[in-house]
Amino acid sequence: MLTIENLRTPLVGPVDLDLEKGSFTAISGPSGAGKSLLLRAIADLDLNSGMLTLEGTEREKMPAPVWRRQVAFVPAESGWWAEDVRDHFTETPDLGKQLEAVGLKDALSWQVSRLSTGERQRLALIRALQLGPKVLLLDEPTSALDPPSVARVEMLMKDCTARGCAILFVTHDPDQPDRLGARHLYMESGRLSASPSRQDAP
Amino acid sequence: MSGYQALTYWDLVAASIFLVLNAVFSIALNLGLARTLIVSALRMTVQLVLVGLILKAIFFAGSLWWTLLAATVMAAFAAREIRARQKRRLDGLLGVGLGAGAMLLAGSLVTLYALAGLIRPEPVWQPQYALPLFGMILGNTMTGVSLGLDTLHTALAQGKRDVEARLLLGGTRWEATRPALRQALRSGFTPIINAMAATGVVSLPGMMTGQILSGIDPREAVKYQLMIMFLLGGATGLGVLGATFASIWRLTDTRHRLRLDRLEKR
Repeated sequence: MLTIENLRTPLVGPVDLDLEKGSFTAISGPSGAGKSLLLRAIADLDLNSGMLTLEGTEREKMPAPVWRRQVAFVPAESGWWAEDVRDHFTETPDLGKQLEAVGLKDALSWQVSRLSTGERQRLALIRALQLGPKVLLLDEPTSALDPPSVARVEMLMKDCTARGCAILFVTHDPDQPDRLGARHLYMESGRLSASPSRQDAP
Repeated sequence: MSGYQALTYWDLVAASIFLVLNAVFSIALNLGLARTLIVSALRMTVQLVLVGLILKAIFFAGSLWWTLLAATVMAAFAAREIRARQKRRLDGLLGVGLGAGAMLLAGSLVTLYALAGLIRPEPVWQPQYALPLFGMILGNTMTGVSLGLDTLHTALAQGKRDVEARLLLGGTRWEATRPALRQALRSGFTPIINAMAATGVVSLPGMMTGQILSGIDPREAVKYQLMIMFLLGGATGLGVLGATFASIWRLTDTRHRLRLDRLEKR
């Protein structure tokens, strides 16, 4: 579905990666290895070079906003530009159901400044899902969550792949890739590999 | 209507007596202000006396080239000031060029319009009209542009995550920077809006005071002041708009990325 060839930034790459329709791919590795930078580069947020194609269409053939709506990236720390949570969402019929699925039924009427890190994380995921993306790039989507919330978010992620989207996520939780049936990759000094080369890499 | 009362240099010395008194108090109370107070007063005196001499010479020469040279020097000082007033600025030549360019374009356009279309001195560039008018317009545009750019660059650098959140949700670079732009425009416009709101209620504007003191009918002085305020507002607005839009254009790229790497690192 998403094919990445020879992706490079000053600190990352070259990276080659194929994401299959309806699949999970997990990346782990030490801090500073370039995991977040890789996701940023795929979303075209930083200068990068390489050949990226989504279902046969080259990235550079479409405007960046169109690309980012189809290849949605949720950073580890999300950005909020208005005071009220409501202003960050398009109010669609199934928004309420999605919020309920992550345990934040009433969040729309809350203020952003009073959200906890975990609440922000879950809301940012819902916000990205509203775009109806074909590929989801998630940077530590469950790092600040308690176990029940982790289960809810993983449920949501599975719903997404069941509908055919591909999910690439960064995680430090050693059991999460297996729970989701993900292909597990490791990243060190900007390069991806199928197994960790050092002992200390999780 | 009374005539114009010329001042002697002794009058000026007498006028400075309260300032000197302040310096004495500062020394007596050990406030440590005497030195800066005296230095700035002396500096101001030297600057203004020099400006008086130079203006007199330029008015006397009545030459287009000297007038243009004086305008160029004024613009260069204003450009330097815009650069200095930004905590974060664009890298390379644009760090000074973008703000200065916007200020100069807006300032010259409005000055030329006022000279050729409204005041119509003979010749149009007559330094008695052109230089003070250009100076006032330039000064206000300079303040607006530097405030606007400083606010914009700070808002983008500190709000990087928010801007990128909007980009990630499929916003264009203009949509994503809208809140920062609005903040920048508001802060660039604030001084001139405040000036328009308060003018005449608390203090009379300096130029109008000057005209009244030199014996002009207050109603005529008011007309001149109103014209100046409209021109200042217009020039500031154009300058701030131009500078902030150009800066956003520079700090993003055609792939709708936020390019803070194009801000100078300090």
